[in-house]
Parts: sequence; C-alpha cells; structure tokens
Amino acid sequence: MSSCCPPPKMARLKYATDFDKSVLLNNFDTRGWVQVSTDDDWNIYWAGVHNIRNIFSVECGFRMGDDQVINHFPNHVELTRKDLMVKNIKRYRKELDKEGSPLAEKDENGRYVHLDFIPLTFMLPADYNLFVEEFRKNPNTTWIMKPCGKARGIGIFLVNKLSQLKKWSRDGKGNSFVAPTAKETYVISKYIDNPLLIGGKKFDLRLYVLVTSFRPLKCYMYRLGFCRFCTVKYNANVSELDNMFVHLTNVSIQKTGEDYNAIHGGKWTVENLRLYLEGTRGKEVSDKLFDDINWLTVHSLKAVAGVISNDRHCFECYGYDIIIDDNLKPWLIEVNASPSLTATTSSDRIMKYNLMSDVCNIVIPPGEFPDVRWNKVPAKENYGNFDLLVDEELAQAELLSQEVKARAGASNATVRGARDLRKPTTWK
Amino acid sequence: MNEDQVAEQFIVDLLQFLKSSKLYTDLFNAAQIEAFKPSLRVSELRKGVQSGLINGGWDRKLRNAIYHYLHTHPQQPTLPDPEHNKEPLLYIRKAQQTWEKKILKSLNSMCTELNIPLARRRAEREQKDMAARWTELGTDGPDLGQIRPVYAPKDFLEVVAGLQNTNYQNSVSNGGSFYNFWGIIQVPVKLKTINQLRVQYSEMSINQCQTGVDDLPDIPSELFDADRAKLGNKVLAANHAPVAREFSKKGCPDSMRGEMWCQMLGVEVDEVDILYYEQLKTCVLQHDLLVDNLLYKDVKLTATNDDHYFVFEDYLYQVLLPFSRDTVILKHFSHNCATPPKSYIRGKLGVEEFAVVYPPNGVIPFHGFAMYVAPLCYVYNDVVTLYHVFRQMYIQYFFRLHSVSSDPQGIVALSLLFEILLQTNEPELFFHLKNVGCQPLKIAFKWLMRAFSGFLASDQVLLLWDRVLSFDSLEILPVFAVAIFSFRKSNLMKVQTYNAAEAVLADVTTLQVVPLLQLALFSK
Repeated sequence: MSSCCPPPKMARLKYATDFDKSVLLNNFDTRGWVQVSTDDDWNIYWAGVHNIRNIFSVECGFRMGDDQVINHFPNHVELTRKDLMVKNIKRYRKELDKEGSPLAEKDENGRYVHLDFIPLTFMLPADYNLFVEEFRKNPNTTWIMKPCGKARGIGIFLVNKLSQLKKWSRDGKGNSFVAPTAKETYVISKYIDNPLLIGGKKFDLRLYVLVTSFRPLKCYMYRLGFCRFCTVKYNANVSELDNMFVHLTNVSIQKTGEDYNAIHGGKWTVENLRLYLEGTRGKEVSDKLFDDINWLTVHSLKAVAGVISNDRHCFECYGYDIIIDDNLKPWLIEVNASPSLTATTSSDRIMKYNLMSDVCNIVIPPGEFPDVRWNKVPAKENYGNFDLLVDEELAQAELLSQEVKARAGASNATVRGARDLRKPTTWK
Repeated sequence: MNEDQVAEQFIVDLLQFLKSSKLYTDLFNAAQIEAFKPSLRVSELRKGVQSGLINGGWDRKLRNAIYHYLHTHPQQPTLPDPEHNKEPLLYIRKAQQTWEKKILKSLNSMCTELNIPLARRRAEREQKDMAARWTELGTDGPDLGQIRPVYAPKDFLEVVAGLQNTNYQNSVSNGGSFYNFWGIIQVPVKLKTINQLRVQYSEMSINQCQTGVDDLPDIPSELFDADRAKLGNKVLAANHAPVAREFSKKGCPDSMRGEMWCQMLGVEVDEVDILYYEQLKTCVLQHDLLVDNLLYKDVKLTATNDDHYFVFEDYLYQVLLPFSRDTVILKHFSHNCATPPKSYIRGKLGVEEFAVVYPPNGVIPFHGFAMYVAPLCYVYNDVVTLYHVFRQMYIQYFFRLHSVSSDPQGIVALSLLFEILLQTNEPELFFHLKNVGCQPLKIAFKWLMRAFSGFLASDQVLLLWDRVLSFDSLEILPVFAVAIFSFRKSNLMKVQTYNAAEAVLADVTTLQVVPLLQLALFSK
C-alpha cells in the first residue's frame, strides 16, 4: 500500500471463504468485496479449522502477504481443544503461584481464590489414577466425559460410577509412550450440579470474544451474547442422567427435542439475563457476575498467550461457553474456535450478521486494505457492539505516560495501570 | 348528607376496616409487649406504649394501611343503588351486560361442543401427579387442540366501538348519520387535555433526569445514577407508600423495582399470604376447570412463543391457575362495571340457590391475558410474591382494560383519549390514516388492552408500568400510543392501505419508552 495516495473510499477487498453462510457472505458483499478462490490472492480468508492446518504447516511453504488476514491462529487448539485448554490454565496458575503473584492466592482448601474458573478436570487416559483418587474422596459426585476432538455435544456422557470408565482404566494402566491423539483422549470434569436455574430451566451462556493479538493481548467482548436454555426441565435426579435434553444445552441437541420452539430457539439475550438478575438478586451480585465473566475471559487468554504463535496475519473470534452456578459464579466450560454461524431464528440471524460486521470493522479499518504493519488499535466508533476487554499495548502506554506525569509532579495521577492489566474495570 | 357527615361516615368505615384486618391484631400484640416492658411506669402507660410502637415502626405500617385504604375506596358517599357504583350510565351498563352474556354463551357452547364440563373433580391419582409436576406444568399439558380463546382484543374493540349514547339526537342509533367524533369511539366521556396531562406527568419532563434515559451505560454515573441509587435505598428503608410513589415517578432502578412495587401496591407477603397461596394451590389440584384449559392455551399461544418470556412459562401456570380460584377478587366487582358470570350446579339450571360464580374469581380470560403476568417474572422469582403482586395489579389496574365502563381510567376512556390526543397533536396523520381506511385505534387497541406487554422489550414494559403504578393512572398508555404514531409519522404518511399501516407499526420492540413519552408530552 503506497503512503502517498489517499486510501480508496471503499477498498474492494478480495475474500475467500470455506463457509457458504449468508451471515458471512452478505457482510462481505455489502462492503463491495469480491469473492475469489482460496488459491488466489485474497485479502481476507474466512477459513475452516481443517484448512488452517494446511495453510500453516511447514511443508506447505505458503507465506501470507502483508495485506492478508486470516481468521484463525495457527495453534489455536491450545485454547480450543478441551484438554490443552485445561493443561494451559493449570500451568498458568502454577507459574503465578511460583512467582508469588497475589493472583494465585489459595484458600484453606488449596483452591485458587481468584483463578478458580474451570471445574476440576482430569485428562483420560493419562490422569486416570489421579481421577480415581479424587472420585473416591467424593463418591456421590457426577462427572462429565467429553471427547477432546469433537464439538456440538457429540460423544458426551455423564458418569457417576467408576464402572462406566472401564475402557479408560485399561488404557491408563498400559505403558504406552505414544501420546494419544485428540480422537482418543477425553477430559473428565466435575459436573456442575447446582447450575443457576431460571424458570426452573438450566441454561448456559454463549459469549463471543474477538482476539486480534496475543502478545500484546488485545481482546474484545461482544455485548450481545445469548443464553441457551434446555427445553426440558432440569432434573438433578440420577435416573435422568441419560436424558441429554435435560443436561446439555448445545442447540444442535436441543433442536431435535420435542419441545424445541423455532421462534425463539430456546435462546435468551444476555440483556434479559441481566435484567432478571438485577431485578431478582440485586445490582451488586449481578455486576460482580459480569465482572467475573470478563475476568475469566481475560485470564484464559493470558494463560495461552505464551504458547500461541502470535502471527500478525491472524485474528480469531471465539465462542466462549460458560455455565453459571446458583452462587452466581461463572465456570468456563470450553472455548470454540469456530462458533456456529448458522442462524436458528430471525433474531439470531440479525445478531450473527452484526457480529460478523463488527468483527470485520475491528480487524480491518473500514474502507482500507488489511496491513499487518498496522498497530491494531481500532477507532472506538468501529467497535460496534464490542467492548474492549484488554489492550495491553494501550494500557502499557497509559502506564508509562502516567509515570511521566507522576515524575513531573502531577498530584492527581493515581497509577491505575498495573491494576488494569490484572483486573478489567467494572462495566455498568 | 353534608360534607362533615360524609367525612364522619368515611372515618367510621375506615376504622371498621382496620379493626377487622390482621394489622389490628398485630398492633394489639405489639402494644401488649410494649406494656409489659419493665421500664414502663403505669402513669405513663399511654405515652410509653405509643413511643414504643413508633420505635418499632408500627406507625409506618398503620400509615401505609390507611393510605392503601384511601386509595382503593372512593370517598364519595355511596349511592343508594349499588349498580350505580359500578357504572352510572345506563346504556354502558346495558352494553356490558350484553357483552357478558355473549362471552358466557360462547364459553358454554365450547363446553357442549367439546363435551368438557365447566368444572370437574380430579381423581386422587391425578391430584398426586399434578402436585408432583407443579413446577413444570408446561411440559405434558392437556390436549389443547380444540380449545379456542373465548375472545380476543379485536372482538372487544367491536363492542367498544358499538357504544352509542342514546341521548344524542344525532347518534346513529336514533336514525341520524352524524358521527360526533372522528375516531371509532363515540362515547362522550370527559377527558384530560394535553395540558392537564403535562401537569399530571410533570415529573417526567425533559429537564428532569429519568431512569430509562439518564442511567444508560454511556452516561457517567455521577450525573444521575449514583445519587438515584442512594436515594432509592433511603426510600425503601422508609417503607412508606406515598414516598415510594413519588420516587418511582422518575422510574425505578432495575434492582429496586421489586420492593418499590410491593410498597406502592401495599403487598407484604407474610405467613398468612403463603398459606393462602397454598390453599389456592390445593383448590387447583382438587378441581379441574375448563378455564384452566383456556389459560393453558393462552400461555402456549403468547408467552411460550415470546423471545423475552418463554423462560417463565411454568411460573405463569403457577400464578394463573390459582388466580382463577381466588374469590378475594370478587370484591373488586363492587366498583367494576362487570358482573361475575354465574353458572348453575348440574341439573339445577335457573335455581338461584345452586348458582355459583364461575370461574371462582369471576374473570374469564381472553387471548393475551397471560401477558399481564409475564413481565412481572423479571421482577419476582418467588411465586407467592409474584402471585400477590399480580393479584393486586389486576384488581387495581388491569381489570379496567377489559370491561366496558365510563370510568376515566377504563379502556373506553383510554381509547377515546388516544384518539383525541392523536387528532390534536397530529391532525394530518389522523386524517390521512382515516382516509386510507385505517382507523388508528384499530392498531393501538391491542396495545392498550394488554398494557403493551409483549409488544415492547421487557425492560421497556417495566419502565412503562413503573409510571402506571407511581402516577396511579393508566392514562400513560394512550399517551405512549400517540407517541409511537408520532414517531413513525413519516412512514405512516406514505401508506395507502390498512395492511401497510399495520406493517409499519408491527414491530415496536426497539422503541424506548421514556424518551418517546418526553417527546410526546413536552416537546411542543
């Protein structure tokens, strides 16, 4: 891009996509962008995760140009595969503990006070013996088994007896030095059996988080997330453990249930959730809940920031799945690299269309061609429905400028910078 | 009776009411406890007990009780004929009676067609089953394929539109062809003018900060929100209904709404109320009423399909089913033009001794009735409180929205107010719409009848109902309806058919209540 000519009014970008979804294509077409094939010189490639491996693989030899951006980080699996996410978060906490950071403070039971946002999880078959030890301590608890390599609720089942895990016990006792592939590994997590119920129904939260850089961390939270409700009444009864409609909130599973309603799709806006919580539980606890959600998002990203290849051509829009328990504590269940772009209801379609539009505006300044040399600080008016969670670069700059001011003798400069990096400020 | 005698009689009635209420017993017990205090001397018994009661907050409770009594009982002398209290105008009374006969006939014919009894005792097993499923009545409900709602807002609009004052020489029923009013309503009811409304709603004027406008996230909280929250806490602590009312005129912060509304309505849930609810629940379990099916169907047709309220489906059944068994509601018929429908025990048709009110609370639900309860689910998550608040809101406000009466708060007057206001504020718009065959009331009526529930976003309905409760008037509803028409005026002026006009106004969920009200009332 030459710097002497003014940028064109509406740059006609070339896009390639692996998805034939209207919410994507309509967005691109409205901007006057032109579709090209994935082998051509595209400016933005909305790729599926299967193709990402090829693009970034060493053998491929494909290098992206300065005016090309792509919608995944090369090794996003560090965050989006269930076992790797847990491994990274556990490692992050241990590191903070070693450093003596106040973030890693533990209570009298050895549980982290500030960083306890994932349910207790073990990898199978590797940690089978550790799991059995924990299970025997509390034999009446329920656990949920999830295959690492699958999505949309496929292959998940609930466990409350060790006999249900015979298959993994044999593998665990073996002496194989071969690291199991994603297909064969499972994670087993403590099932949250006291979820917050609204109208007697269980739900989980789907929030969208856009990350444009990991080092320095730049992430944005979408305001219009939604709650996915189970169509059947929540029942903690043991006999209902097999009824997937009661326990799993994935829309693809709920869609086949008898009571699924295609008008609202079992989806509730986060705004309604907030209205309900403020009205029935009060403002302080409801503000705290949303603060905690922001907190856990930021820390889950910091946990992997060190291992993700911070390729400047990359951005990613994650789908965060969070469950709230009835103490109003949020738990991170998983992070999706490819959140579904299928719209199930008309309001869903509008929301996802706006989501994609806002993502495009933040990642590529409107009207311009992408440029990896850009400092990735979008203008506030392009945020759309996104709120800035953390921009480490900006926060660092602010900290420095405040230190300068403090040295210059300005009396009212409180050094908020350090706290900002650790805890996002309260949003209304 | 002259004024003094009226006042005396009123005080006598008030005292009688207080003496028979639970408050009297509680106060008596508290006074006895005070009297037993060792620090009290016999010579100062009266003063000591009084100050002890005041310290315990009993004076506030007494004040609240008197305030609520004043609010719900008219101060005029009661007229000799009780029918006059319900409705002074004869032709309106007749219209309401005709309408009631029609509804009852429709209900009875549905009964005979489908061969379902109006009421039937449940078998033991069925009772147990229902008790177990009480919190999830939404799943596996009865078969509702054949059930139709008894009437819908458009049917009621026809009744209201047909009202003609027989005293008018020029009215259509007397052979004349001159319509006195441009709109649909032809009843000459005395209404407030726009200036009177401005005075009435002066707390909402543009130069005063309001919840719903000035507490949005992008406005710094020091401007309004923080102080409002502090003031709100003080108001709640004071626990005095008129104070709560004054505060709420500028809207309630979401987290304080529940308590504010309870204070304004005089709802304080204690063990008696909880027991009463359980009693109603037992009635529901013991008998199955046809009305239950109507309520089921209504919920399934309205709330279950609504983005905002589908989550609360089961709560709606837990409120509506007991509601239809609650005979306390019969008391409000003394000032409601309607009369509770009667039914007769099987085989004893016409024999007065065997007449029962059906349904027990005298209210036959219509299409959309469940939506009166739905927004309340965002404010109360305890079913008993939810029930009592809803009941109070019904007998103070909602009943007026579906009975024919000349009361200035009744739906007839509200509809006329809407039409007159629209004609005064937007004469070209009204004229244009009338010319293309679209009477504005035809679109606005369903909004008014449901108090906008289900048409606006959930938080906006609550902001609107804040004003209904705090100003103690439903007049805000037609004012808001006019505001919507004003707001969409440019699109409406382009329409050429009724359907096109309906389409322009079909989706109002994106509208913000408070700014629009301020525009409509105070910007000209």
